[in-house]
Amino acid sequence: MIEFWVIVTGLLVGMTCGIAGVFLILRKMSMIADAISHTVLFGIVMAYILTQTLNGFWMLVGAAFAGILTAYLVQLLHSSGIQEDAAIGVVFTSLFAAGVLLITLFAGNVHLDVEHVLMGEIAFVPWNQWSLLGISMPKAVWMLLFVLMINVTFLVLFFKEMKLTTFDPVYAASIGLPIVFLHYAFMTSISFTTVAAFDSVGAILVVAMLIGPAATSYLMSKTIKQMFVYSMLFGALAAIIGYYLAKLWDTSIAGMMATTVGLLFMIVFIGQKIIERRRKFLVHKFEIE
Amino acid sequence: MLSGNLLWVLSGTMLLGIAAGITGTFSFLQKQSLVGDAAAHAALPGIALAFLLTGQKELPILMLGAGITSALSVYCIQWIVSFSKLKADAAIGLVLTVFFGIGIVFLTVVNRSPLGNQSGLNSFIFGKAATITKADLLWLFISAIIIIVVSLLFYKEWKLLIFDPVYAKGIGLPIEALKATLTVLIVMTIVTGIQAVGVILMSALLIIPTASARLWTNKLSSMLILSAAIGGIAGMAGTFISAIRTGLSTGPIIVLVAAGIFFISYFISPTGQIRKYYRKRQFRKQGDVG
Repeated sequence: MIEFWVIVTGLLVGMTCGIAGVFLILRKMSMIADAISHTVLFGIVMAYILTQTLNGFWMLVGAAFAGILTAYLVQLLHSSGIQEDAAIGVVFTSLFAAGVLLITLFAGNVHLDVEHVLMGEIAFVPWNQWSLLGISMPKAVWMLLFVLMINVTFLVLFFKEMKLTTFDPVYAASIGLPIVFLHYAFMTSISFTTVAAFDSVGAILVVAMLIGPAATSYLMSKTIKQMFVYSMLFGALAAIIGYYLAKLWDTSIAGMMATTVGLLFMIVFIGQKIIERRRKFLVHKFEIE
Repeated sequence: MLSGNLLWVLSGTMLLGIAAGITGTFSFLQKQSLVGDAAAHAALPGIALAFLLTGQKELPILMLGAGITSALSVYCIQWIVSFSKLKADAAIGLVLTVFFGIGIVFLTVVNRSPLGNQSGLNSFIFGKAATITKADLLWLFISAIIIIVVSLLFYKEWKLLIFDPVYAKGIGLPIEALKATLTVLIVMTIVTGIQAVGVILMSALLIIPTASARLWTNKLSSMLILSAAIGGIAGMAGTFISAIRTGLSTGPIIVLVAAGIFFISYFISPTGQIRKYYRKRQFRKQGDVG
């Protein structure tokens, strides 16, 4: 049963992040997600300091706040003439440093130690149970299900709008789509995803799950819908393979999942190159004959 | 209060800040600030692997390992960008997290090995400037000075490479080799700083001083000097503050001092927000009169 819950958590992380990652890659905002995964720490610590509890709900609120703040600050600096990569770098490192400092100052004895935030501990997931409507499931599973629902709802409601603002922002603006609202709503969903997943796989490795599967599926899909399906599949696959490899070698589960994300990407990347070369070779041969 | 040891650590972090300010400027101008971030994260597997293979905690060995994986990560990013349809941001994010994940895998292996508990490798994630030993400091001094001297030697060539690569190629400069030395130097800066401020915050030292300097000037030479000065001040002041009260980790404070300088520059520099606000108001007034 313990292993079952760990795998379910991993699967949910893979799928939730897989969905959220697609538009991230398409909108060229991967590094903003990376930034948010760092600054979420700041939001969570602030939530803890203000409420003095480690309640999941307040953590989500804090994370959403930190995510929006990050996106807003990056936008602000970028629009006042600072190069985008530098703007991202300045914002997330400062907020992350502030988060680490606040932890050492105010939350030293709490379960909120920084290493836990960074690396997570998916193996502990089954011990923290929550009951709702008579069903008892691990807290992480509840939170991930909740965020998965948010992500799916967001996608169902705004798929067309997101597609249009991503590929043709000028046209989208001209027909009056709320570009700014969509941007921040999307950033909020990324923060939710990060905080729901961070308890199990850690803040930084969430980004592996956000970017990796989507990037891998981007290599091989021709339509966005295809990209969503592949991305979720790769996310789930990376979670399961990563879990069993970690079990096999008795190492960090989160770390192994991220490694598997990289492995899957490499296989698709190199496999595609081989197929391409083979096709070129065949075409060449055909032309000679 | 100002014991001899503290004085050494202070000058060490100051030199580190200066070196990072200089190499950070070059990577900033190539729009590669976040590549440095990825390279910094990618040092972790190198450190752990070097320790696993040799069983020693000698800094030069760990630095060598860190340098190899950091450089490898930079090349991975370049490969992905040139050989796939992925954009730079996705390539950087992917490489960053995968390398960091591999690093954490190796780190758990290290922690379980019999040598693990005393290895103290975990401190590489956040850095421990306060407990740096004399031998570590010596390495920090040597590599910081090498970085500073080499960047001054290549100043002219790199300037050309950044602002007019076509012309640089035309007069026969070895572009690829120059780019490679720049990458090596950036990686070296990161590896040098990891011991003091840690993997994650090292990227801040590369980015924030340069971004602040950019707000004050358009000239490369003055930008380098300013960025080095801000980096040096942040390193020194941060270390000093964290030495006053025990229990404060040095890395975050150095970063926050740098962030404070950036914040001030953002408002009061010649291109800053306050000046902009007044200029806007003046325009509006003239508009009313005219």
